[in-house]
Amino acid sequence: MIRVELPTHLRRLAGVEGEVTVEVAGPVTQRSLLDALEARYPMLRGTIRDHGSVKRRPMLRFYACEEDLSHEAPDAPLPPAVASGAEPFFIIGAIAGG
Amino acid sequence: MSSVRVLVGTKKGAFALSSDGKRDKWDVSGPFFSGWEIYHMKGSPADPNRIYVSQTSPWFGQVIQRSDDGGKNWHQPGTPAGEPTASPDGMPKGESNKFVYDTSDKTGKPLTTHQWYDGTQHPWEFKRVWHIEPSLHDPDTVYAGVEDAALFRSTDGGKNWNELSGLRGHGTGPKWQPGAGGMGLHTIVLDKTNAQRMFIAISAAGAFRTDDGGKNWKAINRGLKSPYLPEPAPEVGFCVHRIAQHSARPNTLFMQLHQGGGAFRSDDAGDTWQDVMGNLPTDFGFPIDIHAHEPNTVYVIPMDPNMRVPPEGKLRVYRSKSGGNEWEPLTKGLPQENCYVNVLRDAMAVDSLDKCGIYFGTTGGQVYLSPDGGDSWKPIVRDLPYVLSVEVQTLS
Repeated sequence: MIRVELPTHLRRLAGVEGEVTVEVAGPVTQRSLLDALEARYPMLRGTIRDHGSVKRRPMLRFYACEEDLSHEAPDAPLPPAVASGAEPFFIIGAIAGG
Repeated sequence: MSSVRVLVGTKKGAFALSSDGKRDKWDVSGPFFSGWEIYHMKGSPADPNRIYVSQTSPWFGQVIQRSDDGGKNWHQPGTPAGEPTASPDGMPKGESNKFVYDTSDKTGKPLTTHQWYDGTQHPWEFKRVWHIEPSLHDPDTVYAGVEDAALFRSTDGGKNWNELSGLRGHGTGPKWQPGAGGMGLHTIVLDKTNAQRMFIAISAAGAFRTDDGGKNWKAINRGLKSPYLPEPAPEVGFCVHRIAQHSARPNTLFMQLHQGGGAFRSDDAGDTWQDVMGNLPTDFGFPIDIHAHEPNTVYVIPMDPNMRVPPEGKLRVYRSKSGGNEWEPLTKGLPQENCYVNVLRDAMAVDSLDKCGIYFGTTGGQVYLSPDGGDSWKPIVRDLPYVLSVEVQTLS
């Protein structure tokens, strides 16, 4: 099971609390993980990736294993610790200013 | 006895304010969808219990919410009314809503570019729904005005949306440009006397009319003024802020235009416009609305064109009982010193009780009511978040 940390607003929209888990068939990449996440929580479609371009929305970031994965290719493998469930995949709302 | 329900969209969620026909005591419910920007919410004239909401976020995009019981319960339209929002194994079933410009060969128009702030061409990109306008006759049919400017329609209660691409495909599309808040389609007026006729307005392109249910559109901006445009009388390029129509005089429209323009009136369904600014203190403001029972009585809220706040720090609604040109300030009950709030284009509405109520919300979080057509005002609430929109339902 892949662990995913959603920002508060998306947890509320999906009706979940805390971390969510999803099954991913085949290689674990950003694309396969987000496809699985949206299949399980259809109300999140369009909120993480744009409906039309299917690209990451510009004010969201992806982190895992203390790395910024936001600009990694969608089909690049995610870190083994994410694929094994040892570490969560973070979807974070970007914050400007302080 | 009649009652009223005021639907308030704010930068931090939605609220519903309810009262009986006396409009003295109010129940406040909300916030709904807390933390999200609620650009607009509006009830169906055909079924007042059906309410549509545009819930949006710069981070997470667009969501449409719907209530089928007057705001007690909400769901994203992907979940049919009355059904649980989760499947038997506990999984939520709702769906976000998808707004994709129509580029198909048969029904769509080429996805051209529009003018950017600096005059260069820029691709069309969906950002959010600015305005929701339910059909006058069918609760499941609803229109959405979006940024970047386009008109969408749903005929299944908001689950699926299709673009009325004849508008964006109007030949002037590459000349449209964003206003300060973006290139939004913010006004949709459905003609109560002609089901095929509709008016829309875009910042900053102007006003358009269809007479065939949305297939073809005509720019209706002749007579408007904008000293900032290089041509004296261009077909498009006007930053229209709002249009209002009264069903008793469907060919008469009133418009609040950007600074340099002011207040305008058309008596030929928008084909030509006349300046009716008269003695208004400024030419800038956002909303314009009409008394429910007096089609010649019009309301605007002038703002300082540079600061977008009430001139002299005095919050004044101006009323014309003569269809423009002659305006009187309405101040009783409104702050007349040190007031520096704004009132946005979708944040004014009227009820249809015998003594017509006028409502508006401010960026300071106040929602004001006049229960006597503007003669006196009082706040219903004082401390909501920044108000983006106000709509009123008169319930029997």
